[in-house]
Amino acid sequence: MTFLLAFLIGGALCLIAQLVMDLTRLTPAHILVGAVVLGVILGGVGVYEPLAKVAGAGATIPLPGFGYSMITGLIQEIPKEGWVAIFSGAFKATGAGIKAALIFGILASFFVRARA
Amino acid sequence: MDKAEYQKRARQVEPPRPVARNALFAFLVGGAICLIGQGVQTALLALGYSTETAKAPTAVFMVFLGAVFTATGLYDQLTKFAGMGASLPITGFANAVVAPAIEFKNEGAVMGTGARIFQVAGPVIAFGLLSAFVVGVVRFALQGVWP
Repeated sequence: MTFLLAFLIGGALCLIAQLVMDLTRLTPAHILVGAVVLGVILGGVGVYEPLAKVAGAGATIPLPGFGYSMITGLIQEIPKEGWVAIFSGAFKATGAGIKAALIFGILASFFVRARA
Repeated sequence: MDKAEYQKRARQVEPPRPVARNALFAFLVGGAICLIGQGVQTALLALGYSTETAKAPTAVFMVFLGAVFTATGLYDQLTKFAGMGASLPITGFANAVVAPAIEFKNEGAVMGTGARIFQVAGPVIAFGLLSAFVVGVVRFALQGVWP
């Protein structure tokens, strides 16, 4: 069941983003920024959490899930770190993904030839 | 001719977008990538990770997949075909980092790869962090009031 919902919800989020892009002519960069900000806001008010519980990776793999991770990581750190969590919390939760992308990117640049 | 009028005219000349077809491919490919992500997460849970501790390794593995498909040039094909279905998942984030890292390597490791690596992902991280800061201040101020 989780697998089906992951497919359907994850697909639906991508479908919405594609529709917004085709119908408003916003650039992909604007759509992606909008998606992550939306994830932060929905996560901050507690709306994204139920979606993540039901849809699993369908909610956490698309970019709004990245924003959701940022804000939930931050909120979870507040009791432990106090106000410092406002600065450190968002990176703690998403650092692994960002650092992985950086490391693999730099490694790939060593071994893969640039396409003309 | 001002900007608005230019855009209006450009729209009339541009071929109409296959909106329904684009949406369908975005749905299918995006859904399929999330399905793979769910498979990774479920496998990690079976290996003894909790829902909480499985998050980071799932992200790392999906980023790795995105990086491999980018390095082989396949992810660019997927993006052309599936649009947001390929760009919105975290594998698309990996693609956005790895592609410029490779593309600008000829400009040098520091000024090419290093300087351009966040060309696409940078705005996403910057505005994600900015909005997390604003929402974080609110949640900090509401401590005890809002669980």
